[in-house]
Amino acid sequence: MHLPPSRGAVSAALASCLLHGDEPDALNDLVEAALVLVDDLIADDDIQISLFMLYELHYGGFDDVDDALEWNPDLLRARARIEARLEEQLRSAVSVTEHPLPTVDAVAGALFRMTAPTAGPGFSRHVAKKADEQQLRELLLHRSIYQLKEADPHTWAIPRLRGVPKAALVEVQCDEYGNGRPELMHSALFAQTMRGLGLNDDYGHYVDQLPAVTLASLNTMSMFGLHRRLRGAIAGHLAAIEMTSSIPNRLYGDGFRRLGHDSATTLYFDEHVEADAVHEQIAGRDLAGALAAASPELLDDILFGAASCLLLDELTAQHLLSAWRNGESSLRQAERSRGTTRTRAPGHYHG
Amino acid sequence: MAEHTGDVEIVPCPDGPVLVRGSFAIVGATGPSVDRGRPTVALCRCGLSQRKPFCDGTHRITGFRTDDEPTPLS
Repeated sequence: MHLPPSRGAVSAALASCLLHGDEPDALNDLVEAALVLVDDLIADDDIQISLFMLYELHYGGFDDVDDALEWNPDLLRARARIEARLEEQLRSAVSVTEHPLPTVDAVAGALFRMTAPTAGPGFSRHVAKKADEQQLRELLLHRSIYQLKEADPHTWAIPRLRGVPKAALVEVQCDEYGNGRPELMHSALFAQTMRGLGLNDDYGHYVDQLPAVTLASLNTMSMFGLHRRLRGAIAGHLAAIEMTSSIPNRLYGDGFRRLGHDSATTLYFDEHVEADAVHEQIAGRDLAGALAAASPELLDDILFGAASCLLLDELTAQHLLSAWRNGESSLRQAERSRGTTRTRAPGHYHG
Repeated sequence: MAEHTGDVEIVPCPDGPVLVRGSFAIVGATGPSVDRGRPTVALCRCGLSQRKPFCDGTHRITGFRTDDEPTPLS
């Protein structure tokens, strides 16, 4: 992918460094200023797209950016400053009401309670029963920034674990990566779903349309995954992802079937119903639970990681439902006004 | 995922499915074998899965409870 358009002073300065080799002095000054002025990092487009650019250097990189910049100390310094504030905001925003003992059963039980399905209308039920074609397309665009590299942020944790938790994470990730069959990688199944709706499945193709909150979800995973200090958080995050997947994915599949999409298009969702019923047990017990038992000092971060996942999922769902209820697109206005995406006629959400 | 030496490991998950990993086949009682789909599977224990024999997470909606803590082998 190419470096996406910037969204403010910080990302513009970062783009100059990445594309033209500018010295990052000005960037670090701008980051410092932004972190004083910005109250809510999760909702800040300029900060989140900057963090996305900085993290992407460690994943697939950008076609128009020198790979050597991945380890540029000044860029890492800018990233670290943003990360410190993001972590601080997440730690103060999440609510952890569970206080289990560091045993496999107690930790897995606490995580299952934190992620228990709730009754009443929710985001996945809206998708199952009411979402229209354009809303399904928007859902896929939001999801694509993670799902087209599904599992990658958690894979960073593998060399940071030992014994049972490591074997558990590898077991889950093998399934995520298709057990040796590239066409069954979950990212490949998601690409197939996107193509089923006529969407471009190149990684990052739609990133300019995605709001800060969507990028914040991915950036949080990248932050947890890339810091060994936060290995408890990435383990808890994965447990929460797996534990909130089977039932919502069944409902997503129902929504796509309701609008006539074929089994190849819904395979991604159908696969996750079964796969994540397995993964939630392994991630809850053998990854998070066994990690807490072996390293009780990580217990708080395991719960923090899970709670962060739930918070960002909730914020993203609120963003989408709120836009749709107002008959609006959940994608960025700036991009839509450039006419590069299909927009639906103004209408009303019949909820 | 306790250390084990057998070919097949069966894990009754509290309030959830039975995990089975290792070398095994799922054979239909009256029909062909069931495609496992993945090396480790979760088999429905609550009886309410719509994808039997596999678990589909329905036990978490219904509040399924188990009390079958297995006795560890010596």
